[in-house]
Amino acid sequence: MSSKEALVEKFIEKAELVSAKVTTLANEDEAMEYVLDLCGKKEACQLLASGCGEAISDEAEALCDAKQKKVIAAPALKKELYKKLSAKAKKAGFECIDKGMREHLAGIDIGFTAAEYGVADTGTLMVDCPSEELRLATMVSEFHVCMLPKSSIRANTYAVEKMMLTRMRKTPNYMAFITGASRTADIERVLALGVHGPLELHILLLED
Amino acid sequence: MQKAHDLKEYREELRESLDNDFLRTTLDNFAVAYRAGRANAFKGMDVRGLISDIAASKDAAAAEADALFAEFKANAEAAGIHVHFAKDGDEANAIIAKIAKDTGCKKIVKSKSMTAEETLLNHDLEAEGLEVTETDLGEWIIQLRHEGPSHMVMPAIHLSRFQVGDLFTEVTGKKQDSEIEKLVKVARRELRQKYIDADMGITGANFAVAETGGIGLVTNEGNARLVSTLPRVHVALMGIDKLLPKLHDALRILKVLPRNATGQQITSYVTWITGANECLAAEDGKKEIHYVVLDNGRSELVKDPLFSQVNRCVRCGACANVCPVYRLVGGHKMGHIYIGAIGLILTYFFHGKDKAKNLVQNCINCEACKDICAGGIDLPRLIKEIHARIMEEDGSPLPQKLLGTVLKNRKLFHTLLRTAKWGQKPVAEGDGFIRHLPMIFSKEHSFRALPAIAKTPFRDWWKENRPYVDKPKYRVALFSGCVQDFVYPEQMQAAVKVFADNDVEMDYPEAQSCCGLPVQMMGEMKASKDVAAQNLKAFNTDAYDYIITLCASCASHLKHNYPKLVMDKPGLKLKADAFSEKIIDYSSFVNDVLKVKKSDFNESGGKATYHAPCHLCRGLDVHDAPRQLIEKGGMEYVECAEEEVCCGFGGSFSMKFPELSSELLRKKLDNVEATGADVLLTDCPGCVMQLRGGLKKRGSWIKVRHVAEVLADNKK
Ligand code: SF4
Ligand code: SF4
Repeated sequence: MSSKEALVEKFIEKAELVSAKVTTLANEDEAMEYVLDLCGKKEACQLLASGCGEAISDEAEALCDAKQKKVIAAPALKKELYKKLSAKAKKAGFECIDKGMREHLAGIDIGFTAAEYGVADTGTLMVDCPSEELRLATMVSEFHVCMLPKSSIRANTYAVEKMMLTRMRKTPNYMAFITGASRTADIERVLALGVHGPLELHILLLED
Repeated sequence: MQKAHDLKEYREELRESLDNDFLRTTLDNFAVAYRAGRANAFKGMDVRGLISDIAASKDAAAAEADALFAEFKANAEAAGIHVHFAKDGDEANAIIAKIAKDTGCKKIVKSKSMTAEETLLNHDLEAEGLEVTETDLGEWIIQLRHEGPSHMVMPAIHLSRFQVGDLFTEVTGKKQDSEIEKLVKVARRELRQKYIDADMGITGANFAVAETGGIGLVTNEGNARLVSTLPRVHVALMGIDKLLPKLHDALRILKVLPRNATGQQITSYVTWITGANECLAAEDGKKEIHYVVLDNGRSELVKDPLFSQVNRCVRCGACANVCPVYRLVGGHKMGHIYIGAIGLILTYFFHGKDKAKNLVQNCINCEACKDICAGGIDLPRLIKEIHARIMEEDGSPLPQKLLGTVLKNRKLFHTLLRTAKWGQKPVAEGDGFIRHLPMIFSKEHSFRALPAIAKTPFRDWWKENRPYVDKPKYRVALFSGCVQDFVYPEQMQAAVKVFADNDVEMDYPEAQSCCGLPVQMMGEMKASKDVAAQNLKAFNTDAYDYIITLCASCASHLKHNYPKLVMDKPGLKLKADAFSEKIIDYSSFVNDVLKVKKSDFNESGGKATYHAPCHLCRGLDVHDAPRQLIEKGGMEYVECAEEEVCCGFGGSFSMKFPELSSELLRKKLDNVEATGADVLLTDCPGCVMQLRGGLKKRGSWIKVRHVAEVLADNKK
């Protein structure tokens, strides 16, 4: 096995260990299809999972009314890809947005983004998100779907240190290591996913 | 939080925790699962190397804290961030309240910050009429219950799902059930609304990176990302101990922090914020960010030659995870705001002597925390030192002072022990136990039988029976410690037999006395130093290849603490270093130096299990030697669950906290009995005393012996 393949394999193993769903695809177009498909399959009242179905206080309940349609947010996608995605989404009856995330704080269904780097030894995505829209897309979505070119996988965080520093020096900067879905074990140490952020993390590894 | 005024009240508080079955079960399960999880997370990594690198880098950072702060501040300000310095908690809180006022903020969301707990920030902000909501699930729960955290990483670990369900019913005004999944979802919805309403977000910082002027935040829930993104003002409160020169230093700590905290390879989110970020809720599209850097005694601490290492703490909470005392009583009783081993220390420095004086006594000195600390901090030693300082200020209790005085005078001490032998005569049974507890013990001490003083102390036996060794291979000195000298001389005799058979020439310097650990445990530093000096003078170190002791506690104390105790006396220090070099425990000597063979012993058969004394397995890092000896010595070794967990003896600890000691012992003996072994072996007379006394009380068939005794019995 080449060292590159070994890295990819390690990355997949570690990411799956923290319940990320990893899929290998040929290119961005396939990734787009994946997102549309996933959005279609998502339960009709997808917010159920995130608490609307529970007995919540009246104020918190009011937030749910803000959301009527399935929403895909892709604020940092390349122009062309976004155009294609938004046309197809419209056809399928989903709302597709690349800004205005603050209007959707009740939750969006899918946040569709791309990572700069992957870190193999922990299955971590490095997502640089100085733009607020992008940051929110990775946080308020129920499912976060993130593309990662296989060639961007590095062995460990030391191997991305230089890149991090370069970005951090172009202030302001806001960078995240994302590993698996949002989680808590605060009640009786029982693991529960999606406490504030995404309930699911989908990683789409792209051939290159 | 610590409220007790004296030890008696504190013990009552401890009793409450002991009676809390839910807490006990949770902490037990956690302790066991944690150990496995952590080991797995670190698999294949050089943990010791990593920890010592972290220690070195944190020490270096502490030494140049002023310069680092200047660099951090300059870089942060250049990137549009306001940087404040607060000398204490009140000042930090006032700065934050003023920021809120100046920016017209009313509603605040917070993500977890131990530093804000330390300054009681919420309290002060609420007094200013601000609404503060904790967003970390555990923190939110305890905020709603008006409690402090009971664990640094899992603040609500003491609560059951039912308690949380009831709490949420109250908060939402709707009936909640107790399914954890659902409760988490309810919290998600309720808190989402809070983020939307908030105009200020407050976080801590796990790293403050000087070279970039940025901070790093380590979370699992992702709340720190929302708190630092949605509101238009962001305040990060951090201690100066978070300053690091390079991003690399932070990445290194990140390798250990989550693994040590919860056994995770990394947390779900690590957020790096550098510069005033985009914020669409702000008029100019830029977030207003303030860093409040807190001293609160830290810079003083760093100047102290001994306590400066406290600065290495990365707040992983591991020292609580492995502490047998924390496991029994939980964080509310094992700390004030910071909990566990580091909590006892920080309580003294941040919250004062009164809050710390009872807490620091509640350490059994098992060294489990030291063994696991991400910063390599010698926590038990610092705890004892604080205990000593407090006693220096307050004066020691009378009986303790007396013991110190007695120990300093070896002849008096030994005479007293000899006299005690006559005193106990009417109550001593033929089987080596005292029938009734002497008057000084109350009923709580009756969980174990106590041994009688031996008829002939080892030192007297030695005079008559010293073996003559022709053509010696090794020359060694024996250090017996008081228990083996006066209570269990047969253990020493057993060792002498095997040594003589292996051509070891022995000497027993008569001027030796108690090693001094008991008085050090009580915080009597002066007495401890005096005793150390006496013993060092009693041994002509150059004349021996090794100095052997069969007591793990003595061995570890002689080896590690003596050089420190005489540090201020240069002449003695040299001697102590040489002395320390030569100290070896019985099992290591017989197994690794003498290299005895299976063929040297008869097969006595029978199953033996083992209890690893704290000061052997952690104090001296000896693990394999005694277990190999059991097999070589002709017995079948069966492993016992939690073999390296403390038996609850801890010398004077078991006198001060008999309830805790008895609980630790109960667990230990349950595990021992579950092995089905007929013999329990160990390497420390203190443990023998505790274990044997406990088994006697239980009426158990299991015999407790020192490894040396079995080898002597089975020697061909
Ligand atoms: S030495 Fe043992 S008892 Fe004392 S704080 Fe550390 S782990 Fe707890
Ligand atoms: S003292 Fe050590 S083990 Fe305890 S929290 Fe700090 S770094 Fe972790």
